[in-house]
Amino acid sequence: MENNLKKVDIIFEDSDKCAPLKVLEKTLKRTADDIILDLIDSGLKGRGGAGFPTGLKWKFTRNETSDVKYVICNADEGEPGTFKDREILDRVPEKIFTGMAICGYVVGAREGYIYLRGEYNFLLKSLLKKLNDFNAALKKLNVDFQIYFKSGSGAYVCGEESALFESMEGKRGEPRNKPPYPTVAGYNSKPTVINNVETLVYTTMICHMGPEKFKALGTSDSRGSKVFSVSGDTPIPGIYELELGMPLHDFVNEFGDGDTKAVQVGGASGHCVPRKKFNDTIIGFEGIPTGGSMMIFNSSRSMYNVLHDYLEFFAEESCGQCTPCRVGCQQLLKGIEAVKRGERPPAYLDDLKKLTGTMKIAAKCGLGQSVGNPFNSIIDNFREEIIY
Amino acid sequence: MSKYLVNLKINNMPVAVEEGTTILEAAKRLNFRIPTLCNHPDLTVAGNCRVCVVEVKGARLLAASCATPVSEGMEVFTNSEKVRKARKHIVELLLSEHNADCTKCFKNGHCELQELASEYRIGDHVFLDLVTPESMIQDISSPSIVKDDSKCIRCQRCVRTCAELQGVSALAVVNKGDHQKISTFLNKPLHEVVCTNCGQCINRCPTGALTERNYIEEVWNAIYDPSKFVVVQTAPATRIALGEDLGIPVGERVTGKMVSALKKLGFNKVLDTDFTADLTIMEEGTELLTRLKKALVDKDEKTVLPMMTSCSPGWIKFQEHMYSDMLDNLSTCKSPQQMFGAVAKTYYADKINIKAQDMIVVSIMPCVAKKFECERPEMRDSGYQDVDYVLTTRELAMMIKQAGIDFHKLDEDHYDSILGESSGAAVIFGATGGVMEAALRTAYEIVTGREVPFTNLNIQPVRGMEGIKDATIKIKNVKPEWSFLEGVDLHVAIAHGLANARQLMEKVRRGEAVYHFIEVMGCPGGCLGGGGQPIPTSPEIRKKRAEAIYSEDEDMPIRKSHENPEVLEIYKEFLGEPLSHKSHDLLHTHYKPRKRY
Repeated sequence: MENNLKKVDIIFEDSDKCAPLKVLEKTLKRTADDIILDLIDSGLKGRGGAGFPTGLKWKFTRNETSDVKYVICNADEGEPGTFKDREILDRVPEKIFTGMAICGYVVGAREGYIYLRGEYNFLLKSLLKKLNDFNAALKKLNVDFQIYFKSGSGAYVCGEESALFESMEGKRGEPRNKPPYPTVAGYNSKPTVINNVETLVYTTMICHMGPEKFKALGTSDSRGSKVFSVSGDTPIPGIYELELGMPLHDFVNEFGDGDTKAVQVGGASGHCVPRKKFNDTIIGFEGIPTGGSMMIFNSSRSMYNVLHDYLEFFAEESCGQCTPCRVGCQQLLKGIEAVKRGERPPAYLDDLKKLTGTMKIAAKCGLGQSVGNPFNSIIDNFREEIIY
Repeated sequence: MSKYLVNLKINNMPVAVEEGTTILEAAKRLNFRIPTLCNHPDLTVAGNCRVCVVEVKGARLLAASCATPVSEGMEVFTNSEKVRKARKHIVELLLSEHNADCTKCFKNGHCELQELASEYRIGDHVFLDLVTPESMIQDISSPSIVKDDSKCIRCQRCVRTCAELQGVSALAVVNKGDHQKISTFLNKPLHEVVCTNCGQCINRCPTGALTERNYIEEVWNAIYDPSKFVVVQTAPATRIALGEDLGIPVGERVTGKMVSALKKLGFNKVLDTDFTADLTIMEEGTELLTRLKKALVDKDEKTVLPMMTSCSPGWIKFQEHMYSDMLDNLSTCKSPQQMFGAVAKTYYADKINIKAQDMIVVSIMPCVAKKFECERPEMRDSGYQDVDYVLTTRELAMMIKQAGIDFHKLDEDHYDSILGESSGAAVIFGATGGVMEAALRTAYEIVTGREVPFTNLNIQPVRGMEGIKDATIKIKNVKPEWSFLEGVDLHVAIAHGLANARQLMEKVRRGEAVYHFIEVMGCPGGCLGGGGQPIPTSPEIRKKRAEAIYSEDEDMPIRKSHENPEVLEIYKEFLGEPLSHKSHDLLHTHYKPRKRY
């Protein structure tokens, strides 16, 4: 079948061609402002899902006056269906370290931390060895920057940046009130850049190859490429780096099993796209953005079960501090159960949709705010499966 | 640093406020009330209940007004359609996880969630009931505090109170999501953990999740029992706060009306804890002077300084848990409540010819830790439980309402005698620094024969709401028998609220500060801010209560404990002298180390 899907090889590009330390040495000869300009010019947006322009984030942090600043790599990859950071950590960790060191140079930080998802501790042994070598190399280059690991303990919400800081500080992992934002007061209330694993690798690669090559890929809203975690009903699950801005239709042609009913774009907190909308759906910031998770469902799947699983997950993983999320998630879960059992009329689903409207604007963090994404997109497109 | 003024509009009305002001505060200036639940003037901002959300023009999300600082040009709407819908949803969600069987609730009529539900006319419950049977099992293990998780709305005011104001953290958040709740170390019952029973959590709980263990029915039963002679004592801080629960403005003294009401309720005698507060000063002041002599002159190694007050049962339990190595620093004096019980069931019972076993001693206290204190096994020196029941100021207000007494119209009455006379020094026990001031008024005069060198006896340096205060009193021209104190600088310190107490203890332990005498009150502001006082509480309310206490002191004909004639009489007739053998038997006690979790 014909499609325009473009596979890319930047993230995992052979380290022989792109030696991270060489990139670092080369980059540190440039001014911080130049590096920021390149990043802004490249159009790189955060690859964790929220899509904040990386160059701006670095610039804001650089502009803060503080003796102590931090660079943090968010490696708490917890979104269901996402597993690309694991692969990056395993295969090209030096590119992550390099991105952090460049960031430290740009914003004026001397310490970097990798907040590693608790379940990825099996990677730690080999990562630590590589990290020690890298830290030693930094010292040799007289770069005043060292990187350390901190291990997460398994709470999904700790991938939310401010909950991550709380967790790093030894507290309960609960999101903070914003403002202040991390660029002003992050870890230990100091100005902090927090970037996703993949974002940091792209910063390294943009420094290596220049912004032009990067922004030649993708669309005006979604520059560059992105690593996708493809799972579900596909004959070829795995990690793929693809150009952003593709129609979902092309994606399904490449990865589907010929019987694709829906794709959940962006993990449990993302949107469910039914077959009839594949043609009109763009994967990118102008359409449906994703942290990388692409879950493919074929006609054998019950969308009630899919939604039920997601809601069970959110009801359990809500940190519990704010009302809309803690109680809202439970109500959504118990609500669809009640409708399924006939204890509430089908119209109760509309009450629940209104509730997601409140959660979206009144919950304290992205977790509660985004539960409505899967809920509404599944209810709207597969209503009969929920009721009957 | 001077602060900039920020201009913004709230509901289309312009306002200029200092940089850093929250939207909630700015709205208040324009007389727009935004409802809150997790917010409390004594605590850090949580921003977790989300009831206070408002719409900010151009923002994707609603902002929690308690947690969002104003910014230049901001346009805020506190009651837009979006806001109202969201706020109503949030109240409905809270109600869905709340045991809303309001008529059975001790806080019925005093519940912030109930008020909000009524304000928003929440009728039929839209959402499913999430209250679990397990959550409805109350923790009644503590003699002071009842914890009912089915009423809890997870606002975490109690958690912040216990951590920020009290430095205890007996209550904390456990689990997450649908299993999140407020609990104790390993979910143990309250009486098995570090809880000091201070009840500050009760004062700030918006619902009925944390309440005092109430003994109203027991007290009514005692009053109705013709075979019992029921005497009641009232703590200093009750008389300046009781009115708040009965429709009288904050800061108004209701001493006479309270006595009058107690008589109408049917208590056989209405007596005063202030009497034993004066007695405490005699014992504790003498103990201090004796300790100073032992430590400074006799160089007795067993005598430790600084001596620390022991009136506050929350503070005592805190010390037993947290600083059990410093228990010898505590004064051996019982609290005024317990001195009262011991004296009532011995000296007083004899005097009025009532058998101790027929006497019921009821206390009206600003405190819930007193409920625990009266049940301590050490507090049975009369041969019986010295104090039988402790009611909070709030419980007394409820009894007055139940009895149909129109408090406003009551005449003022006087305490019965004996055990009813007191001094101004006693009433200031109710404010932080008061015990110190009372002790200094007496001890200084014992040592020098002169009044304390402060205008009108008001020792200003030990007053006020600063967390930790210290002062130095120079002792000069002493009487011959106190010559070892000539020229000595007496260093004293005062802390209120257990977080401040902890700071002070750390300073003492590190040897950073050398004090002779330390007063600690477990609650912010001292007893006037006690866990049994009318709700709500705030720094302003406590300030007004303190002013009332000090004006009550100034109006008393006797201002010094050692001039209380009934106190002089009890020494003459019964106790002999301070620290006598009999005093030791009845008025002094000991403490025990407790575990740290």
